Amino acid sequence: MTGCAQAPVLRERGQHEVFCGLTGIVWLHRKMPDAFFLVVGSRTCAHLLQSAAGVMIFAEPRFATAILEEGDLAGLKDANEELDRTVAQLLERRPDVRRLFLVGSCPSEVIKLDLARAAERLNAAHAPHTAVLNYSGSGIETTFTQGEDACLAAMVPALERTDDANLVLVGALPDVVEDQALALLSAMGIAAQVLPARRAGEAPRVGPNTRYALLQPFLGDTAAALDRAGATRIAAPFPFGEEGTTAWLRAVADAHGVDDATFARATDAPRARARKAVSTVAETLSGKRISFLPDSQMEPSLARFLARECGMEPVEVGTPYLHSAIMAEELALLPECRLSEGQDVERQLDRLRADAPDLTVCGLGLANPLEAEGLTTKWAIELVFTPVHFYEQAADLAALFARPLRRKGLLLGSNTPRGSGGVKPPVLAAE
Amino acid sequence: MKLAVWTYEGPPHVGAMRVATAMKGVHYVLHAPQGDTYADLLFTMIERRDHRPPVTYTTFQARDLGSDTATLFKDAALAAYERFEPQAMIVGASCTAELIQDDPGGLTEALGLPVPVVALDLPSYTRKELFGTDETFYQLVRHLARPIQRTERVSCNILGPLALGFRHRDDLVEVKALLAGMGIDVNVVAPLGAAPADLARLGAAHFNVVLYPEHAEAAARWLEREHDQPWTKTIPLGAGATRDFVAEVARLAGIEARLDEDRLRQPWWSASVDSTYLTGKRVFLFGDATHVRALARVARDEMGFEVVGLGCYNREFARDIRSLARDYGVEALITDDYLEVEARIAELAPELILGTQMERHIGKRLGIPCAVISSPVHVQDFPARHSPFMGVEGANVLFDTLVHPLVMGLEEHLLAMFRDDPEFSDAAGPSHHGHLAPAGSAGGQSPHPPALHSPALHPPAMSGRMRDGHDASPAALIWLDGAERELRKVPFFVRGKARRNTEKFAQDQGLAEISVETLYEAKAHYAR
Repeated sequence: MTGCAQAPVLRERGQHEVFCGLTGIVWLHRKMPDAFFLVVGSRTCAHLLQSAAGVMIFAEPRFATAILEEGDLAGLKDANEELDRTVAQLLERRPDVRRLFLVGSCPSEVIKLDLARAAERLNAAHAPHTAVLNYSGSGIETTFTQGEDACLAAMVPALERTDDANLVLVGALPDVVEDQALALLSAMGIAAQVLPARRAGEAPRVGPNTRYALLQPFLGDTAAALDRAGATRIAAPFPFGEEGTTAWLRAVADAHGVDDATFARATDAPRARARKAVSTVAETLSGKRISFLPDSQMEPSLARFLARECGMEPVEVGTPYLHSAIMAEELALLPECRLSEGQDVERQLDRLRADAPDLTVCGLGLANPLEAEGLTTKWAIELVFTPVHFYEQAADLAALFARPLRRKGLLLGSNTPRGSGGVKPPVLAAE
Repeated sequence: MKLAVWTYEGPPHVGAMRVATAMKGVHYVLHAPQGDTYADLLFTMIERRDHRPPVTYTTFQARDLGSDTATLFKDAALAAYERFEPQAMIVGASCTAELIQDDPGGLTEALGLPVPVVALDLPSYTRKELFGTDETFYQLVRHLARPIQRTERVSCNILGPLALGFRHRDDLVEVKALLAGMGIDVNVVAPLGAAPADLARLGAAHFNVVLYPEHAEAAARWLEREHDQPWTKTIPLGAGATRDFVAEVARLAGIEARLDEDRLRQPWWSASVDSTYLTGKRVFLFGDATHVRALARVARDEMGFEVVGLGCYNREFARDIRSLARDYGVEALITDDYLEVEARIAELAPELILGTQMERHIGKRLGIPCAVISSPVHVQDFPARHSPFMGVEGANVLFDTLVHPLVMGLEEHLLAMFRDDPEFSDAAGPSHHGHLAPAGSAGGQSPHPPALHSPALHPPAMSGRMRDGHDASPAALIWLDGAERELRKVPFFVRGKARRNTEKFAQDQGLAEISVETLYEAKAHYAR
């Protein structure tokens, strides 16, 4: 079965209703407790971070924005001196910071502020206590989760070299999930390191004998950087659901010559557990039609899980960017559906209304308006923050999609929200 | 460059979005990179709107920069017009588009659209969200208001309510009721709910009611100049200000003041004996200038609090707030840096903070109760229930809002009386301040530090400034063991004040050490 591997992809451009890569900071900073993310940008960037981070911003966050002011733009002040001053001020206040990321934004890129050079300079000034790195999270370059990709890719050249035949898992997963992944591999006798490491001193080493496996679908640039360092990628579908997790583990196990009996011993029990747990939740999902609006690049993998393990029918699967090589194994498993890359949001919404799926996965700017039109939605950002990978989380992942449908069922009859149910004209601009 | 963790205001184009989203039949075409659509969710999530904001973003990307972003803008503007058929459009640039210097106004003009197009010039690197609201509304009024005959009956416009406004929805209900009670017609409410056609007939009103100067003062001044409409200066927030507002409106309308106070419960609630303990509670106010000004009056004159500090984040009103602070005998804090606000609060050790979402969190960190009185606010401050701040019901809401975070009078009395009982011990804290629950209390280990180590005693080392601020004043003072022990006997919710007063007293007396004696002399000195 070829699934969607050969399927035509609808490529669109127009208004994108997506986050920029700066948003990645919100989960990356939690994964790396000794790192600080300094965005060099505008008040808009600061406002975005605080809107995305919500209440988290008060827990002594390890991210901030150096807001460009008119003087910085008019060349009245030396932007590099200003940046050095700001970084010194920051590091004085936060002596616990071991890794500082200068994060580029749209404004800093349009004025061509050379943050790479600045990072080199500041790294020399603050080494060895604090390493200074740089990447771009700008909207003109990156969409949402691509911010993590850019961050990890920036870390690769600084990794120490090795000739060992080691294994690196790539992608920032919640600690609890990461521990499960390491334990599963360890049960098969495989040792692994993780990029990003939780602390500065624990970074993995790379070299010509290194193999790596991606934990997330959106890590194309990081994969390319690892390839450049001589490492080899283990191709696999992504570890969502029982099937995805098993296939992912199988690929890694095969690369390490693990025999079938060992593999079965390590995975049979958690596989059975995951299958059983997912099947309960799948009762709500089975036979339901689902559409994804582009957000995180996780959409094809999630659609595959929902289709094959929960019995859902994908209608349109939108993704901001489709990396055909990295997604090849995934697309082969995805049942036939409309694949789209990029976005023209108005046209996509026209298609969505015509499709009228049972469940729509979309961003928070669209979710409530679509609910008011009578569509049921699952907001996409939660899928990035919540532990959803590997066996023990498989049913939690399914439940994230089942919950809005169950809720719709519970509320109907007693309390029909305004605007739902009845025939309504397409969304108009104004109220 | 300015280091910012938390901003009180968004960029000015978010202000323009708030005006566009409030209105009907207006569409905003914003030249902006991918990602700026994040602002949509402020409206769909925080305010829970069931429609997308009427904004089209051009979504230019890096690969477009070398070529023709101007064409991209024109295509987006044309597509938006054709799809949404607005009565009027506003066009402008976000911060990044400001740098690439396409001219949204000129580009749209070249399209020859058959509706008015208002080009906005919002300098993103010098101004902020509240400038954006005021300027956008002003430009819309200036372009759309037409010469028109006055209404026969006395009428007014209500100016200022908009999208994402703190309690704007319910304030409007109350103010309409005040006006109806006086027999005054409302000609147009704007921006909230107004269409461009409504702005065209603004001039028919006899005068304007300005509810939020932050959003509508420029428009009101223009209408005063061009349409000879006076405007109200009193914000009907609090019982006294509501009465003054009614008097001012009556004067502008040339009629007799009339206010139905049947449902006004705040003055009696405040006068009743359980409120006596509110007397002299030390309160710090921070927020937008309008709410701080109004709430300072409520706090002092209607609740009997002592205002120990106040400030605002919108510099446009700095002079106004400085003069207000002089009236209250305190120093104004004009800043958009929440660390400065936190340092000031730690220094003043108030018993109650009236502020924004940020001050709520500062209060949580310092163990000081807080009520939210101003934007920026989070989703819980866009409640489902009717909860105005203005007018008669607003005064009632304010009393509850300001009192609830405080320990109620009877509870406070009991806490002091039974403080050696395990249930009421210092370390147990008040029941509704969960975060102060001590380690080792019933139920096992608590994740939070005990009250004794609460930041009121030991301000957190979160900024260099704060440490300095704390070290600078009582640095030389030594608390003797006996005095320290005696201080522990003071209930925790006034202990911060007791420590501060004692240290100030000792400093004034030129003492280097604080003994039990000093503690009680200070107590006598500050007795009220």
